[in-house]
Amino acid sequence: MSIVIPDTRAEALARLADDQTLIPVAGGTDLLVHWPARVDDHDRAYLDLSGLAELRPLRWTADALVLGALTTYWDVVTEPRVAMEFPLLAAAARQVGAIQIQTRGTWAGNLVNASPAADGVLALMAYGAVVVLESRGETEEVPLDEFYTGYRSMRRRPDQLVTAIRVPHGARDVQLFEKVGSRGAQAIAKVGVAAARSAAGWRVVAASVAPTVRRCPALERLLAAGTPIRGPDDLLPALDQDVAPIDDLRSTAAYRRATMARVLYHGLRGVVDSVR
Amino acid sequence: MTTTGSPLPAPHSAIGIDFTLNGEPVSLSVSAAERLLDTLRERLRLTGTKEGCGEGECGSCTVWLDGLPVCACLVPSYQVRGRRVDTVEGVAPTRLAPYLASGATQCGACTPGVVMTAEWIRRHPTLLATHTVRELMAGNLCRCTGYDGIVNGIAAALDADRERA
Ligand SMILES: Cc1cc2nc3c(=O)[nH]c(=O)nc-3n(C[C@@H](O)[C@@H](O)[C@H](O)COP(=O)(O)OP(=O)(O)OC[C@H]3O[C@@H](n4cnc5c(N)ncnc54)[C@H](O)[C@@H]3O)c2cc1C
Ligand code: FES
Ligand code: FES
Repeated sequence: MSIVIPDTRAEALARLADDQTLIPVAGGTDLLVHWPARVDDHDRAYLDLSGLAELRPLRWTADALVLGALTTYWDVVTEPRVAMEFPLLAAAARQVGAIQIQTRGTWAGNLVNASPAADGVLALMAYGAVVVLESRGETEEVPLDEFYTGYRSMRRRPDQLVTAIRVPHGARDVQLFEKVGSRGAQAIAKVGVAAARSAAGWRVVAASVAPTVRRCPALERLLAAGTPIRGPDDLLPALDQDVAPIDDLRSTAAYRRATMARVLYHGLRGVVDSVR
Repeated sequence: MTTTGSPLPAPHSAIGIDFTLNGEPVSLSVSAAERLLDTLRERLRLTGTKEGCGEGECGSCTVWLDGLPVCACLVPSYQVRGRRVDTVEGVAPTRLAPYLASGATQCGACTPGVVMTAEWIRRHPTLLATHTVRELMAGNLCRCTGYDGIVNGIAAALDADRERA
């Protein structure tokens, strides 16, 4: 295997433009899992992003929180302003793996790894985050809820790096993040739900119940319409239009469907007038 | 197809790195496929850091990278260039007394990793304003102690540190 170590972001983009088989490495918490056994991966060529200090800090602009390509979960956990203004990001970060994963894992890596269970993606999508993709000489912005095109496939070309994730400010009067796993820490979600309501309307996002983390437009419409919801079962017809859970090693389709309805119902009950 | 002015250097299959290990400068050449865990154990013979799972779950390989606990099994060695690494070998034995007294260790497989996370908490007691000891320790699995010994040992160490302060 070989490794390319760029000194600047411009050099990283130039290398990627010249060799589109290069695999970017950030915190390595996905790429290095069971590394000694993954012999095929040892023959590939990697692009180390970790030395590009300019990509690390998170920033606040007038209209957004901007996560850098190397911003970690721990960077978010230790920035009190995030917990106040974007509590779902803080909640998601604290529930990823455990401290040793939070200190290394990046938001951008979570997004490009594209697990259907990704906690970071779940919270970011509820806030209407925008993915900033850069290639040599060109910058493109893609709303995160349009980023994924199928199971582990996305609108990122191999010559593009995620250089930032923009999370727009805005008043949200309802915010919910619920992850259901087999234990509190070090557990991948069996079901994840995040929701936020702003003047622009509802965003309801689900994880581990479809090939990608995705928005749930039927549930959003149901909540926006104010139709009375008197129990988890009242959410099922809309939920069935939005998601398609499966049986796998972590859970079953039936459990996921029932649990998503319950988690959403109990999370919104007493918070939203129509959910009683 | 290259459009840059000067040719970029070829990718490396091995690279020379300098870093600080337990306060001392270290220079060596690492292979591109090497994990920090292997560099420490196989190359530098610091075998205190253990491999349990090799997938970031168990925490037995916990070391500090620039002062933060990380799993050495998930860190490519080339990434520690220019940085600070601290391992259990750098912890003074006298600091271990509270853990021994509380039954924080039995078979010992998890202990080096537990000590590294515990010592990080001791050095940053303000973490306890937002986190519990159990949440901070959740990345260190132990099959023997049932965790009470570990949590009690850290509480006792923090108490002793406060009295000394
Ligand atoms: C023990 C353990 C527990 C975990 N628990 C959870 C959990 O609870 N919830 C959860 O969501 N995840 C969990 N994860 C996975 C989580 O740590 C990762 O998804 C992490 O966020 C990935 O970031 P990274 O920087 O480590 O990525 P890397 O492993 O470095 O890279 C991941 C992918 O992203 C690509 N990439 C990285 N950065 C960029 C960039 N800037 N531009 C383009 N491509 C890029 C890489 O090429 C690779 O394909 C866990 C992992 C472990 C090992
Ligand atoms: S060996 Fe690294 S976490 Fe288990
Ligand atoms: S003491 Fe045996 S695993 Fe912890």
